[in-house]
Amino acid sequence: MNDTAEILRMTGIRKRFPGVTALDGVDFRLFPGEVHALMGENGAGKSTLIKVLTGVEGVDAGSIELAGAAVAFAGPDQAQLAGVSTVYQEVNLCPNLSVAENILLGREPRRFGRIQWSRMRKRAEELLARLDLRIDVSAELGTLSIAVQQMVAIARALDVEARVLVLDEPTSSLDAREVEQLMAVLRALRADGMAILFVSHFIDQVFAIADRMTVLRNGKLVGEYRTSEITQVELVTKMIGKELAALDEVSERSAATGPELVATDGLARAGGIEPFSLTIRRGEVVGLAGLLGSGRTELARLLFGADHADHGTVDIDGRRVQLRSPRVAMNQGVAFCSENRKTEGLIAELTIRENIALAVQAGRGWLRPLSRRRQLELAAQYIEALDIRPADPEAVVGTLSGGNQQKVLLARWLATQPRLLILDEPTRGIDVGAKAEIQRLVATLSADGMAVLFVSAELEEVLRLSHHVAVLRDRKVVAQLANEGLTPEDIMATIADGGRS
Amino acid sequence: MIRNLATDRGRGPAALTKHRLFWPAAALIALLLGNLIVSPRFFAVEIRDGHLYGNLIDILRNGSPLILIAVGMTLVIATRGIDLSVGAVVAVSGAVACVELGSTSILLAIGAALGLCLVLGAWNGWLVAGLKIQPIVATLILMVAGRGLAQLITGGQIVTVQNGPFLAIAGGYLLTLPLSFLIAMAVYALTSLVVRRSALGLLLESVGGNPEASRLSGLRSGRLIWLCYVFSALCAGVAGLIISSNVTGADGNNAGLWIELDAILAVVIGGTQLTGGRFSLGGTVIGALLIQTLTTTVYALGIPSQETLLFKAVVVTVVCLVQSPAFRAKLVKRRRRPESPAVAAQPEKVEVAS
Ligand SMILES: Nc1ncnc2c1ncn2[C@@H]1O[C@H](COP(=O)(O)OP(=O)(O)OP(=O)(O)O)[C@@H](O)[C@H]1O
Ligand SMILES: [Mg+2]
Repeated sequence: MNDTAEILRMTGIRKRFPGVTALDGVDFRLFPGEVHALMGENGAGKSTLIKVLTGVEGVDAGSIELAGAAVAFAGPDQAQLAGVSTVYQEVNLCPNLSVAENILLGREPRRFGRIQWSRMRKRAEELLARLDLRIDVSAELGTLSIAVQQMVAIARALDVEARVLVLDEPTSSLDAREVEQLMAVLRALRADGMAILFVSHFIDQVFAIADRMTVLRNGKLVGEYRTSEITQVELVTKMIGKELAALDEVSERSAATGPELVATDGLARAGGIEPFSLTIRRGEVVGLAGLLGSGRTELARLLFGADHADHGTVDIDGRRVQLRSPRVAMNQGVAFCSENRKTEGLIAELTIRENIALAVQAGRGWLRPLSRRRQLELAAQYIEALDIRPADPEAVVGTLSGGNQQKVLLARWLATQPRLLILDEPTRGIDVGAKAEIQRLVATLSADGMAVLFVSAELEEVLRLSHHVAVLRDRKVVAQLANEGLTPEDIMATIADGGRS
Repeated sequence: MIRNLATDRGRGPAALTKHRLFWPAAALIALLLGNLIVSPRFFAVEIRDGHLYGNLIDILRNGSPLILIAVGMTLVIATRGIDLSVGAVVAVSGAVACVELGSTSILLAIGAALGLCLVLGAWNGWLVAGLKIQPIVATLILMVAGRGLAQLITGGQIVTVQNGPFLAIAGGYLLTLPLSFLIAMAVYALTSLVVRRSALGLLLESVGGNPEASRLSGLRSGRLIWLCYVFSALCAGVAGLIISSNVTGADGNNAGLWIELDAILAVVIGGTQLTGGRFSLGGTVIGALLIQTLTTTVYALGIPSQETLLFKAVVVTVVCLVQSPAFRAKLVKRRRRPESPAVAAQPEKVEVAS
C-alpha cells in the first residue's frame, strides 16, 4: 500500500453546520494512480468532504495536505491551480453560455488577448470526443439535457492539468454507454498516474472501477477498504450500519391494470419528439427506455404541458384535453417530477415544508392557503415515508444533501395525489437503501391504481417496475413492449435495430 | 412579520443576532443614538396643539411616502423584478388629484388619481409578465414617460390646492399621530396580513426563488407578477397624494424625484435581496425609516448641502456591509482562531450547492 507516497491526506476533518455535524473527525487519503471511491448514504458527508477539500467550505478542525504540503484553499479556483480538478454534484456551469465556453471558461485559447473562437470550438469538440460525445458545441448549455450537462462538466474538469480529479456522482444521470466511456477515460487517466476520487451510489460501477474505498456514515469515518477485500453486501452493510433487507425484492408487479387513463395520438413537437401514440392505464407503470438524447424527457414534458405539442391529441379519461400549461395538466391530475432538481425543481431558499406544499398550494390558488398545520402534516408524512434527513420541516432545502433534495422533490409531487405520475429520473443521486424504498413506493402506488410514466437511465430499474416499456431512439418511439421477462439486453437490441424486429 | 423562525431556533443573544430584522434594526437604533449624542434634544417629543411634535414624529411623518412605496417595491423585488417608475407615478397621481380637485369633490379626485395609477401599474405588469420584457427596461419606459404625462395633465404648470381635507392627508393628525404615517402603517399592516395569511407570500417567494421550477409546479407566475406591479403603482399613487398634499400642489418635475432609488435601498437594507425570493415587509419599513432618519440627521446636524450625498453614501455603505454575512464572517475570522467551531459564521449563498 505504501509503495508510493500519498498525494492527498486529510486528517481529523470536522465540519459543523447549524444543527448538523456533517463531518466528525474524518481521515481520508488518496494515492496517485488509483481510483478511490467515497461511499455513504445520502447525507453521510461525501459532498461536504469534497467541498472542504476544494475550499468551497472552510473546515472547523483538521488538516489537509497535498503532496506533503499543508494547504487550505480559499476556493475552487485556487484548488484547481494547485492541481485539484473537481466536478461537483450539482452541475454548476453557466446555462446561458455555449458548451464550448463552459468547457474552456477562464482558459480560452487567446492570441494577442483576443479569444480564438474557432480554436476554442475545436478544443471543446476534442475534449467531448474523448467522452465519445458528439454535439454542437456552440449550443447554449441550458437547452441541453442534464446528462449532457454532466458530461460537459466532466469534460471541463478533464481539460485541466491536474494531479487529483474529484468526481461527485458524475454518473447519476448517465446511460450505460456514457458510463462505460467515462470509465475508459478514468482508467486511462489512472494509468497515467492521476489520483481519482469518485463518488457514486451505483455499487456495480464502484466495484468495476475503484481500487479502494472509504466509507462514511453520519459524518463519521467507518473505514478504508481495498475493493478486492470486500464484497458488495459487506460494503452496503458498512454504509447503512445494518444489513439491507433484500435489495431487489420489489413487491410483485400487480398484474391486473385498470381502464385506460391517458391516450395520445400522434403527439409531437418539432425538434423534440416525433409523433407517438401511447396509452397508459390506471394502475400501470409505463417505462421509457432509450439512450442519451433519445427524447425521453421531451416526451414526458409534452404530457405535462411543460412544452407545447404542435401535433396530435391527448385524451385523459376519455376526454380530449389541451395541455396548454403545467397548471392545466395538474388540474387533470398529472404530476411531473423533473430530472433537473436544481433548475426545474426545488426552490433552494425555501424550507422542506414549503417545497413539499408548493404544488398542492399552487393547485388551490393563493386565496385558499393550506394551513400551517396541514403543511407540517404533509411534510412530516413524507419526511417519514422517504426518510428525508434532517427530519426537520423547517430546514432550508438548499442545505440538504443531493439525495435528500431529490426526495423532497418527489414528495412535492406525491403530495398532489395525481392520477398520472410522471417520474423523470426519480432516483437520481439516491442511495441504495432509499432507492429500493422509492421503487417499492412506486409499485405500491400503481397497485393502488395510479398510472405512472417512469423514465430512468438505469434500465434495470425501468424493467423492475414497468408493465410496458416504450423504447425510444433518435426522438422517436420505435417499439412498445409488454414486460414479460424483458432483459436489459432485449432493450439494447431493440434500440440497436430501431425496433424493426 | 416575525415569521421566519427557521433561522433562529436557538436561544439567547446568538439567536437574536441571527434574526433577519436584527441588523437593520440595530443600524436604525445606532443612527438614532448617534443623533442623540450630537444633539441631546433629538428625542424630545412634546404635545403641541393636541398632537405630538418633535424630530422623531417628523421622521415618521416625512417617511410615510417612502414606506408606502418601499412596501410595494418589496413585493416586486421578491418576484425578481424592479419598479423604476414609482417616482413618475407619484408625480402623475399628484397631478391628477390636484387638477381634479379644481372641479370635483376630494373623493372623486383621489379616486381618479388612484384609478390612473392602477392603469399604469397594469401597463407595467403587462410589459413584464405578458411581454416578458426585463423589468428594469419595462419600468424605465414609464419612469420617463410618466413625468411627461404628469406635465400634460397639469398643462406644464405647478398646480396648487387649498382644499382643507386634501391638505390634511399630509398635515393632519389622528390620535396625536400624523395621518400620513397612519395611512402608511395601515397599508403595511394590511399587506402583511394578506400576504402572510393567504398563500400569496409563499407563491411570490417561490416565483422569485426559481421561476422555472415554479411554473413546473403549476404556479400562474404571470398573474402574480402582474399583480405586484399593479400593487406597487397603487402604493406609489397613495404616496403621491401624500407628497402633493404636503407641498400643497402638484409639481410634475420634482414630486417623487429619485424616490425609486430610496425605495429600492430601503428594501435591500430591510433584508430582501435583489435576486428575489424571500422578502421581509417589516425589514422594508425599518429600512425606509432608516433612510428617512438619515435625511433628518443631515438637516439636524447642519451638514453642508454639498456634503449631504457623500455622508448618506457612507452611512448606507456601512449599513450594507454590516448586513452582509460574508463581510461579518471576514471580521469574525480575523479575530478568532480557526479552531473554534462553535459559531463559525456562514456565508448566506453557497456557490456550489448539493
Ligand atoms: N450549507 C449547509 N448548511 C447546513 N447543513 C448542510 C449544509 N451542507 C450540507 N449540510 C448537511 O451536511 C450533511 C452532509 O451533506 P452532504 O451533502 O455532504 O451529503 P452527501 O454524502 O453528499 O449525500 P448525497 O449522497 O445525498 O449527495 C447533510 O446532513 C446536510 O444536510
Ligand atoms: Mg452529495
